Amino acid sequence: MRITKIAFAILLLSSCCTGLQAQDEDLLSLVGGNEKPKKEFVDYAFKSSRVIMSQSLEMTRPGVMDFRILHRFGNVNKGAYEFFGLDNATMRMGFDFGITKNFMLGVGRSTNKKEFDGFLKYRLIHQSKNGGLPFSVLAVAGGTLNSLKWADTSRKNYFTSRLAYYGQLIIGSKITEGITLQLMPTVLHRNLVPTFNDPSDMFAVGAGGRIRLSNRVSFTADYYYRVNPNENDGTKNPLSVGIDIETGGHVFQIHFTNAIGMNERVFLTETTNDWAKGDIQFGFNLLRAFQIKKQKK
Amino acid sequence: MKKALIILALALSASSVSFSQDKFYTKTGTIFFECTKSPLEKIEGTNNSVTCVLDSKTGNMQFAVLMKGFEFKRALMQEHFNENYVESHKFPKGEFKGQVTNNADINYGKDGEYTAKVKGKLTIHGVTKDVESTGKLSVRGGKIAANAVFQILLSDYDISIPTVVNDKISNTVNIKVDCSLEPLK
Repeated sequence: MRITKIAFAILLLSSCCTGLQAQDEDLLSLVGGNEKPKKEFVDYAFKSSRVIMSQSLEMTRPGVMDFRILHRFGNVNKGAYEFFGLDNATMRMGFDFGITKNFMLGVGRSTNKKEFDGFLKYRLIHQSKNGGLPFSVLAVAGGTLNSLKWADTSRKNYFTSRLAYYGQLIIGSKITEGITLQLMPTVLHRNLVPTFNDPSDMFAVGAGGRIRLSNRVSFTADYYYRVNPNENDGTKNPLSVGIDIETGGHVFQIHFTNAIGMNERVFLTETTNDWAKGDIQFGFNLLRAFQIKKQKK
Repeated sequence: MKKALIILALALSASSVSFSQDKFYTKTGTIFFECTKSPLEKIEGTNNSVTCVLDSKTGNMQFAVLMKGFEFKRALMQEHFNENYVESHKFPKGEFKGQVTNNADINYGKDGEYTAKVKGKLTIHGVTKDVESTGKLSVRGGKIAANAVFQILLSDYDISIPTVVNDKISNTVNIKVDCSLEPLK
């Protein structure tokens, strides 16, 4: 009889155990549903592929065409007669194309000097978490083409004189969800410089960043320190500060800047306005992304 | 006779411990959702790496999904989904834990289509709500196809729609779940 009791006890116990097990079980843990996340690339360091003036850590995504209209108005301190600078505007219209995840290119044309520009941008290192490097490195190569009529037709003018080139490294990190910082060592080569005092090769180091104020609004700023500027032409280091506002399909970048130009050559060599004197301009960039090719699934 | 009873008891207890054929799972399930309001712009995303485990014995059913894994036709939509709506950096995972309430009506040992009533808690965007749905479990050759369609409200999960896109995004989200479950081990 005792053995029968033992048998029943075992039976009861076993059925009881399995019952309990099933109740409390985290089924997902059985298939590793709760395992640690894998290596993951860090995206969305900026709302767009530019900080304000400069290229940012972000890329235009593959299959996307980004239509960008950039405006800079006149000096704010010109007063009410000039409607605080809004009477005078220069603009750049451009198209950026995302080719692959790590490669994009863009072209544009500015009203200032009727200048064309184009660039290639490649991401060498993509910041990632849970393994991988905590920063991104990108390389940008670009050129500008001044298409104004020759100022002096009496001398021999070369087509190459219209051209300038620049190369840039962007090293930066999305440090937290809210803060992104980047450094941009840059070299600019001009085939033709205005005066003897102007360096053909100008070196500069830029810094840029953003602070996310909310899901759709962020504060941005970028600045360039020029290592070997022409000391005599009164040009200044360019500084821009602004706010990015995102609506449905658009990003508005509203900012104040002392740079007139909207490509690397102009803002590095022709920024004559001075923040200290209040010679700043209001500007806004309007960006609209079009998906021209479906995302790969 | 008594010895036979003990052996039977031991055998049963052993089998009930190691017998895990009653659990079914997948890691490649699909969840599709859409919350389109205007016919001009379809707002829909798909995730093809949904984890689902079903315990046929108890009827317990659980789902887990990485929010970043939702794919959209437009990159910008995907960015907005992650950055502005579900905030996947703060709430990386969506989860459902629940039961098939009419589990007794389903014969997992026999091929056929069964109606399954599922009830449980759905967690998205850090908010947990009770949800209920009637789906279908199709048993075929030891595998189970699980399908369900249900609706949730974005406002229930603290996901707000800005007024500028109010005419594009619907507060009601239609969700379609599609999983092919295989025996676990």
